[in-house]
Amino acid sequence: MDFNDSPEEAAYREKARAWLETNAKAHKNNSSANGRRPNSPEHMALAKEWQAKKADAGYACITWPKEWGGAGGTPIQSVIFGQEEAKVGVNYGYFTIGLGMCVPTVMAFADDETKKRFVRPALRGEEIWCQLFSEPAGGSDVAASRTRAVKADDGSGDWIINGQKVWTTGAQYCDYGILLVRTDPDVPKHKGMTMFWIDMHDPAVEVRPIHQASGGSEFNEVYFTDLRVKDSQRLGAVGDGWKVALVTLMNERLAVGGSSGPDYKTIMELARQTDVSTGTSALKDAGFREKLADWYVAAEGLKLTRFRTMTALSRGQTPGPESSIGKIIAANQMQEMSNYGVELEDQYGILVDPGEAPMQAAFQQSLLWAPGLRIAGGTDEILKNIIAERVLGLPGDVRVDKDVAFKDVPTGR
Amino acid sequence: MNFDYSDDQKFLKNEARKFLDAHSDSAAVRKVLNDDAVSYDKALWKGVAEQGWLGAAIPEEFGGLGLGHIELCAIAEEMGRAVAPIPFASTVYFVAEAIMLAGDDAQKKDLLPKIAAGEIIGCYATSEGPGVVDAKSLSAKVEGGKLTGVKIPVTDGDCADVALVLASEGGKPSLFLVDLNGEGVARETLKSLDPTRGVAKLTFTGAPATRVGAAGEGLSISEQVFDRAAILLAFEQTGGADKCLEMAKDYAMNRYAFGRVIGGYQAIKHKLADMYVKNEVARSNCYYGAWALNTNAAELPVAASAARIAASEAYWFASKENIQTHGGMGFTWEVDCHLYYRRSRQLALVAHAPKVWKERLVSQLERKNAA
Repeated sequence: MDFNDSPEEAAYREKARAWLETNAKAHKNNSSANGRRPNSPEHMALAKEWQAKKADAGYACITWPKEWGGAGGTPIQSVIFGQEEAKVGVNYGYFTIGLGMCVPTVMAFADDETKKRFVRPALRGEEIWCQLFSEPAGGSDVAASRTRAVKADDGSGDWIINGQKVWTTGAQYCDYGILLVRTDPDVPKHKGMTMFWIDMHDPAVEVRPIHQASGGSEFNEVYFTDLRVKDSQRLGAVGDGWKVALVTLMNERLAVGGSSGPDYKTIMELARQTDVSTGTSALKDAGFREKLADWYVAAEGLKLTRFRTMTALSRGQTPGPESSIGKIIAANQMQEMSNYGVELEDQYGILVDPGEAPMQAAFQQSLLWAPGLRIAGGTDEILKNIIAERVLGLPGDVRVDKDVAFKDVPTGR
Repeated sequence: MNFDYSDDQKFLKNEARKFLDAHSDSAAVRKVLNDDAVSYDKALWKGVAEQGWLGAAIPEEFGGLGLGHIELCAIAEEMGRAVAPIPFASTVYFVAEAIMLAGDDAQKKDLLPKIAAGEIIGCYATSEGPGVVDAKSLSAKVEGGKLTGVKIPVTDGDCADVALVLASEGGKPSLFLVDLNGEGVARETLKSLDPTRGVAKLTFTGAPATRVGAAGEGLSISEQVFDRAAILLAFEQTGGADKCLEMAKDYAMNRYAFGRVIGGYQAIKHKLADMYVKNEVARSNCYYGAWALNTNAAELPVAASAARIAASEAYWFASKENIQTHGGMGFTWEVDCHLYYRRSRQLALVAHAPKVWKERLVSQLERKNAA
């Protein structure tokens, strides 16, 4: 039991490090733009430049086959490169969903011509993809999608799409998307869906940023008004959309990074700086110390669990189910710890101005963001269902809509 | 990255499981539980000795198997899972570890082979009353090589042959070895939360005592012994917690209410998912402890604290929610749930309560941050 690379892994890490040392430094030095403003055109240009550089050197989508621009590498190599890349601080998030989930779906279901057209530009960061699954009436229940595709009545074979998606990450800057729609409402919900790829720049596609409870606008609503798509844009058979969606969701990348925001060290520092009574820092408060120990243990537990996942990859095995605990712990810990930090600041904790609030308002910002993290990418409740059903083997929930035609399933407003 | 048991270690663990399934099943545990006159399962103790597990981490030159501490952790996990009613932890995690850590050559040569062979049972005696004993409150004394004082409670003090006792000599705390079958020793068996493990009050009136380790270093040695024991105990706790999750799952898959198995209801599914999450956090922290213990890493105190805290929490949660999942059946003497509920308390208290470890962890983190 140790944390060492195997000789092959060490060699790969050395190679990756050397490449990053040269290229990441040049990349950073040559960039005049402020790299800390996500979604700005300057930041996006930097990200695309870096992605192309990686792709050309075989460090983008390391596990993909060489014929599609990957390196034909192993999952552990991908993890190792990710670790080293994070260390040099050039991590851009724009391509994660597209390359991790959407493009692999295209690769699995599209014809050769489509793949030749789209895979390499996506890999090089020239075109970005988003995933259009969630809807106002179908969040956890993705198969309740109502966005409707009907065959055009002009005999062209085209499809006409109307409806709305929601919580689409990156829709405001994406070029293409994969879209799950209802093609047959007369059969049960899982059987009447179909997947298409679409052009996000089509005038029939309207992207509206969501004004989130946190105050920011990272996510979007996407509206389709008589969007016409060719039948050749279909991914998988008509009616097989749910099966295709499952492939997309299974392709979710191995998360290697920790979550952002304050960690136990940050709150320890805050407590050191904050007096609970004159001359007594909160770090000496017994109640705080007990909480701190719990946070440390959970954070370490997560980090070490990722090491166990890496171990399985390193041994060429499929990782065990233990990696499924990650987001439940991270999101809840973020919420609890950020609130504790805010309360530690007492009356002052109400301030969110980064110029006034301690640590640039890190705890306040994290407090406002945490409710979203507990919902995005699977709510706490759905993740617990997944652990119970897929890891522990407990039965699925009662599904009253399973054998009912979709159009007859009761709905709310 | 190689952060898991090796294939050989997994094989050993599997062998231990098979052996304990056969020899430390519910019936065996209940023989100790139900009879106040039985302190531990003598047949199981003999069998475990024959397997060589008492000496798994003891070097071959002292009669052990010389395997290492990760192997001992693997065995510990299975001991916990089986709620084995034997003085394994007292003898191996506390006394053998203390002797290997602080004993002189003669003490090692004398005691370790006997421990490895299962010839003697050991116990570790520090507590004198509610709360943590320290240099100020310590009242047991050694004068002229004779120990006087009372230690309560002492796990396995009712059946042990030797005790390591924390006592002060010349005003300074040191660790002493005492032959419990010799003169000046009185034992009184006490009732405890977990009757599958023996607990006693030891009264010493001029019992011959030999120092282990340097004079005045008793507290610091004890701290190191507790760090080592904490990691091994954490594996027992994780083994027990995993077993509770399995029991709860099996029951939930077979118990019908309102026309379907209760495992299909989210109230039960989410409870069991919560157990799983806590158990995995415990396991990961335990593995780090195993690595630190096996390599004697500088991180040992931090790793021990984290493993102890995570595993105590996981076992407590799993053992109480396992009863809850079983409903009324879980509250009967005949169903095994309470064995784990009881053992979860025994293991959480025997090497200081989690609260003490949380303070130890944070003071270590402060030191690390200051450095």
